[in-house]
Amino acid sequence: MIEIDALVKRFSHRDKDNKVIWKTAVDGLSLSVKEGEIFGLLGPNGAGKTTTIRVLTMQTVPTEGRVLYDGKEIFLHEREMKEFIGVVPQHVNFDQDLTVGENLELHARLHHMGSAERKRRIAELLHYVDLSEVVNDGVRQLSGGMKRRLLIVRALMHSPRILFLDEPTVALDPQVRRRIWDLIRQMARSGVTVFLTTHYIEEAEALCDRVAIMNRGKLVSEGEPLELCQRLGTYAVEWDEDGRREYRFFKRRDASAAFVAGLASEGKIQVRRTNLEDVFIELTGRKEGL
Amino acid sequence: MLYDIWTVFWRDWVVLKRRMKKFILSRMVAPVLYLVAFGWGLGRSIDVGGGSYLDFLVPGILALNSMNISFNSIIPVHAERMYHKSLEEYIIAPICPGAFVIGKVLASVLRGLISSGIILVLAALFGAHFTVTPLFFAVLVINCIIFAEIGFWAAMVLNTYEEMGQVNTYVLLPMSFLCGTFFSTQALPEALRWLIEMLPLTHTSFLLRSLGSGGEASMSSMLVLTVYAVFCFLLGHRAFLRLRR
Ligand SMILES: Nc1ncnc2c1ncn2[C@@H]1O[C@H](COP(=O)(O)OP(=O)(O)OP(=O)(O)O)[C@@H](O)[C@H]1O
Ligand SMILES: [Mg+2]
Repeated sequence: MIEIDALVKRFSHRDKDNKVIWKTAVDGLSLSVKEGEIFGLLGPNGAGKTTTIRVLTMQTVPTEGRVLYDGKEIFLHEREMKEFIGVVPQHVNFDQDLTVGENLELHARLHHMGSAERKRRIAELLHYVDLSEVVNDGVRQLSGGMKRRLLIVRALMHSPRILFLDEPTVALDPQVRRRIWDLIRQMARSGVTVFLTTHYIEEAEALCDRVAIMNRGKLVSEGEPLELCQRLGTYAVEWDEDGRREYRFFKRRDASAAFVAGLASEGKIQVRRTNLEDVFIELTGRKEGL
Repeated sequence: MLYDIWTVFWRDWVVLKRRMKKFILSRMVAPVLYLVAFGWGLGRSIDVGGGSYLDFLVPGILALNSMNISFNSIIPVHAERMYHKSLEEYIIAPICPGAFVIGKVLASVLRGLISSGIILVLAALFGAHFTVTPLFFAVLVINCIIFAEIGFWAAMVLNTYEEMGQVNTYVLLPMSFLCGTFFSTQALPEALRWLIEMLPLTHTSFLLRSLGSGGEASMSSMLVLTVYAVFCFLLGHRAFLRLRR
């Protein structure tokens, strides 16, 4: 479905001496995403997740590399490809001069939906996310959770085949987050391919069929969440040493037990299953001594 | 393409419709002041060689006002790009980039024309004499198009709101006064006059003045305006595409 091939994105800006400085946000990323799966792109702040999504949604052109949907190079078939993608941005980007309903209508018109279909779909989707009452309100009046829900249904207006979500649940309370997860799962069940970014590990664990972890523009690991944990070692040992939390990972339980037996720590020692957070921190944080 | 232009225009129309009363009222203030101060006040003692100064002034005010309104009407696009980011909706949509530029420009032209209509009504009430022919109307439209396009271009390339204001101060304000709006360019020194006659607004003033008093349109002025309109469209279009770099 989605094929990313050696994608590079560099930004240029001028420093105070007016010299051009290049910054590499995405550095040779290759990935593929299958039809109907929920794919999660993970990475710390500044890893290049948003930049990747912006290229995939044709908001910015890549410096090098190609992106294919269904085997077609997207920048050669822009309008056709834009018909079947839906985009939920990281930030709220509604038209502040329009009401909730008008924002959805503008989106529908921009995607060439007929008037009857437009009305039906707006009513249906607003009902679906409990926003029917605010259809005539300005978007400024909405709460953060309402805005997020509205962003998602706006992206769904034209029934896209691929849905891109850039940190869809950032700064939301647990209830709203769960509801948005349900919404995303329902989309995937109905055959939509979902590509999302997040730095919430629970989110990736709860939602994603497959994840990729990126750091400083580069892919550092890719696979099913469970597979990534196994690669690092199924068993995690955590203990305190000099006031710091230390971790070691083991493929086999007896190996971890033997290690614990040899530990001379006063504090609590914990043996548990490795989770995605361990993988994330191991791959993106500790190696750089953060 | 036409449908997409309409969509972009529709958005601005929805917003304008909601503010129509306020828009019309606020558009009356400046013209009334000009007409009172220059038409009635100063104008009585000014000789422009045949006809009253008021008759001379109205086409000038029309030119400078349609310039200002169509330029300023497109400025909110800057906020849509920089602050609200709502421009992203158009960038991810399956529409042709040109449709966005044209739709936004036309919406500003509409505002420019509404405020020109207001001036014509006010001027008639003040007792000015002029005739409005289709060609007169066409010149107004082209003038609005040019300055809406310049505003669009500025909104795409400038990064701060202050810089947008500086375009007003350094480009539009001098033009408002110098481009044959309040006085004939004949009065200016040769070198300055040569420079001023390169500017689009000068040609708009010329054309409106001669057409408004029942005269002929200068073909060279029409040509200059058309070239400006096409050139500024290409400039704005290019700037819009370059947002994706
Ligand atoms: N328009 C731009 N101009 C210059 N540099 C940019 C631009 N957009 C992103 N960058 C840089 O590219 C790098 C990657 O940014 P990006 O927004 O893709 O990261 P991210 O993974 O989405 O981070 P976050 O989790 O904070 O959202 C950052 O160092 C950022 O400063
Ligand atoms: Mg981001």
